[in-house]
Amino acid sequence: MNKEWPIWEIFIRSKNGLEHRHAGSLHAADAEMAIQNARDVYTRRQEGVSVWVVESKYVTASNPEKSGELFEPAKDKVYRHPTFYNLPDELKHM
Amino acid sequence: MENNTRDLEAEFQARIDRGENIEAKDWMPEKYRKTHIRQISQHAHSEVVGMLPEGNWISRAPSLRRKVALLAKVQDEAGHGLYLYSAAETLGISRDELVEQLLDGTAKYSSIFNYPTLTWADMGAVGWLVDGAAIINQVMLTKTSYGPYARAMVRICKEESFHQRQGYEIMLALCNGSEAQKRMAQDALNRFWWPSLMMFGPRDEDSPNTEQSMKWKIKKKTNDELRQQFVDQTVPQADILGLIIPDPDLKWNDDKGGYDFGEIDWDEFWDVVKGNGPCNQKRLDDRNAAWDNGKWVREAAIAHAEKQASRRVSKSA
Ligand SMILES: [Fe+2]
Ligand SMILES: [Fe+2]
Repeated sequence: MNKEWPIWEIFIRSKNGLEHRHAGSLHAADAEMAIQNARDVYTRRQEGVSVWVVESKYVTASNPEKSGELFEPAKDKVYRHPTFYNLPDELKHM
Repeated sequence: MENNTRDLEAEFQARIDRGENIEAKDWMPEKYRKTHIRQISQHAHSEVVGMLPEGNWISRAPSLRRKVALLAKVQDEAGHGLYLYSAAETLGISRDELVEQLLDGTAKYSSIFNYPTLTWADMGAVGWLVDGAAIINQVMLTKTSYGPYARAMVRICKEESFHQRQGYEIMLALCNGSEAQKRMAQDALNRFWWPSLMMFGPRDEDSPNTEQSMKWKIKKKTNDELRQQFVDQTVPQADILGLIIPDPDLKWNDDKGGYDFGEIDWDEFWDVVKGNGPCNQKRLDDRNAAWDNGKWVREAAIAHAEKQASRRVSKSA
């Protein structure tokens, strides 16, 4: 028997008030070990106060070949940004 | 079909030329993928094998301060190996395959780790010179075109500077110590200087992969450029220590604004690459022993995880 430990994606909250961010991945036999290993691999210098681990096989990623149709529609919607609107300079607090 | 591949390759090169990063799921030429698997895994193996010559001295460090520093450094190198293996795995090769290639000798790792660490001063020389040379290479690689590799390098570079500083501090203490201590520091420099220069690889004219690597922005500087940078920054550091670099041809060249230095013993270089260095066999034996002795742990952890998972299933049923 020679079974590889599954891969886990590691997300770390660097301090309270901030979101968890993807830090990298590692191998572990189960979730508990993944958290232990994440502590040793990704937070040796106090980089985190909280860890999420997700087995990589459960992550669904968008297809880079489809990124045009997914993301380009936002490109020409300048009216979603505040600078699109022409207002007088003397107007304050807006 | 062939036309299609050629279009894809042109578009790929255009992305590189625009300075875009390539990510794991993007289309890439097979050769780009293969080159990266080879280079990233060699780099990972180097971090892992690199723990051996330093691990050799942890239990014999001269003070608790030196011991915790060396221990932390070696632990960082384990981390570096793990970041890099993960980056290689994004290209579709498994961890077990990568480990297998190291253990059966088909994969290479940095030849510097095939030299022995004979005295405590070697811990100083390794941190100062070997990590110093590695940093030059790795800083360049933070800008490499493959995203997962570049990100691993950013993380690694943040951790490396302590490695070099702790090594230099060891050298400094010895050089400010007794005559015997200073001699020990000089001896370590004598043995590690040339192998450190070899870390940058063959001369540009003997490095057939350089052109393609530059075109794909895997590397942004050639071996000889990096080696020159290393010599230029290290010579003044040796001066501060009051140590003599073992190269009679070393001298400042005003015209090029850098040092001229002597010829590397390329026969020795290729000999160690081919497996005939002083410690090649020992390093491979030690890695194989660690892998074999850890087998029951890997298996027990999987068995435990499976048992826990099946219990959870039967409880929720
Ligand atoms: Fe490292
Ligand atoms: Fe290091």
